[in-house]
Amino acid sequence: MSTLVIQDLHVRVSGLDILRGVNLEIASGEVHALMGPNGSGKSTLSHALMGREGYEVTQGSVTIDGEELIGQPTWLRSRAGLFLSHQYPVEVPGVRILDLLEVAADVDEVAVQEEALRIGVAAEFLDRGVNVEFSGGEQKRAETLQLALLRPKFAILDEVDSGLDVDALRDVARRIEMMTSESKLGVLAITHYSRLLTVLRPDRVHVFIEGRVIKSGGPELADELERTGYEIGEL
Amino acid sequence: MTNAFNTEAARALGGPDWLRDRRVAAVDRLLDTQFPTSSEEIWRYSRIDDLDLTAYRPLTDIEMGAPGDEPVPGGGPVAAEVGERAGLVVVRDGRVVRHEVDERLATQGVRVCDLATCDLDDVRDWLGATSDASSDYFTVLHDAFLAGGACIIVPDGVVLERPIVVLHWADLEGVASFPHTLVVAGAGSEVAVVERHGSPNIDHLAIGVTEVVVGDNAHVRHLCVQEHGSKTVSIMLQRSHLGRDATLRSSAVALGGHYSRLRVESFLGGERAESDLLAVYFGDRDQMHDFRTLQDHAAPRTRSELLFKGAVEDTARSVYSGMIHLRTDAQKSQAYQTNRNLVLTEGAGAESIPNLEIEADDVRCSHASTVGPIDDDQLYYLETRGVHPKDAERLIVLGFFEDVFAKLPVPSLAGALRRAVHEKVGHLHGAVDNG
Repeated sequence: MSTLVIQDLHVRVSGLDILRGVNLEIASGEVHALMGPNGSGKSTLSHALMGREGYEVTQGSVTIDGEELIGQPTWLRSRAGLFLSHQYPVEVPGVRILDLLEVAADVDEVAVQEEALRIGVAAEFLDRGVNVEFSGGEQKRAETLQLALLRPKFAILDEVDSGLDVDALRDVARRIEMMTSESKLGVLAITHYSRLLTVLRPDRVHVFIEGRVIKSGGPELADELERTGYEIGEL
Repeated sequence: MTNAFNTEAARALGGPDWLRDRRVAAVDRLLDTQFPTSSEEIWRYSRIDDLDLTAYRPLTDIEMGAPGDEPVPGGGPVAAEVGERAGLVVVRDGRVVRHEVDERLATQGVRVCDLATCDLDDVRDWLGATSDASSDYFTVLHDAFLAGGACIIVPDGVVLERPIVVLHWADLEGVASFPHTLVVAGAGSEVAVVERHGSPNIDHLAIGVTEVVVGDNAHVRHLCVQEHGSKTVSIMLQRSHLGRDATLRSSAVALGGHYSRLRVESFLGGERAESDLLAVYFGDRDQMHDFRTLQDHAAPRTRSELLFKGAVEDTARSVYSGMIHLRTDAQKSQAYQTNRNLVLTEGAGAESIPNLEIEADDVRCSHASTVGPIDDDQLYYLETRGVHPKDAERLIVLGFFEDVFAKLPVPSLAGALRRAVHEKVGHLHGAVDNG
């Protein structure tokens, strides 16, 4: 049982204060949905958690089971059990998924092939450079493939539901749902649609506006947002 | 002109009379040939101004390798990586010390031998016929001291299933060597040739010429690997002439040398001839790799495609200067040129200068060139997977070269070359780690 704790996180990007005191606590096996309009700082949160260059933490802390992640390089945050499913996975020509998983986590070819079958990644994509000429659906399947093989404690899904078709969305969401029960993966699903949440059932829903969580609730909050939009944030 | 490279020295080298006469004639031409300077466009950005010929002398007859005097018996690691082969030529310090060819192929007329002693008189006509079309000071100097070299002749219609290996090795300090490889593929023939140029860590000047004649409807694959020691200066011309319906896939891998210059020229003289030109180069420390390329289309419906990819780190430099020439007779031809460079450290630099000269009006032609550092987004992506930044950089560099490696004409060598590049990317970080 692990806990990811984000406490009073303030982040500045290019001289602008984007995150203004984020507080979240996610336990193993839980699914938290973070919903908010464009420009609210959702993606900033995901990159700040991974320690991307240019994302300056001016205040606050991020811990997994008490271990501070702020100040650690990206690759060590990953090794500490944090995974980011990228909204826009970058193409890396000539570097196959297997190449990077081999280096990162000793994952072998058979494991990659088996997981590819489960998540529906065609063999031809395994031979290509990661994300090179992948469709939106293939990208998100490939992100989920890596998630399954790296077996992190917590996964941040940055708009995992954008740019993919219904089938791919269902496959990806089901696989992640399975990980939450089988390996007790904790999930922070960043999204501005509730369609993801019909398959990947959230335990908690957080409304994120102007760099902070302004309201939290159960799954019913997602439905409410769907009806009323983010006006709720003004309440 | 330095005294050591004189008529007496050229005459004193052994071999048949015709080759000696050829050398003496070249020395005469050399007297009328101007030593180049970097103010000439074709030498721009080069290290030619640092080259002091008086620091070198030609080999003497007695210093040249003797038959059986191989640096590594059996051809060493490169030959081993190639796997099964159809023939082998080992050239040490200017002389062929070993040559062999599959017996069955020999009976079909295939020659894998020393051009000084080849029993085919035609060799005299072929020698220089390709390189003379693009002569400069160094090809003339090369001819003035050429005492032997690799000669590969494939008769019309003969298909070789396994490659021929040519190893050029020089190991004498303060001397110049003149490696020559002549490949003549007769009409309808097929052959693959792997050439490897090497020297230990000594002051050496290698002035080489490789000539590839691809007959009508012949198919040649050629791979040239340059792994000279870090103090060697190498100046080379590699030129091919293609006949009708001929194809050539030629690739150069340059990893070694202090200053290594390679001119890669392909003349598409026959209708529908096709030339694929590839290169991988990787410079570290204070190396310079310098490429000048020419895709010369002189017949209709010809196609050429060039892909040169390089990386530089430490204070290494690279130069790519390429020309596509579509002559008036080259209607309906296609020519493409791509040069991409990764600059891995701030002290390193790469020049990329693509050029087009188009005299025909119905052609397709494009060029692209890039010079830049590793993409930060790619690094970040790999790091979010738990890949250490140094490993991420190595993966990205290897991945950058992968499309060229995947097209290498002799796939069995790709693994060894990937490892060589991998080690190169590794060295810088090792140095930093050790303080």
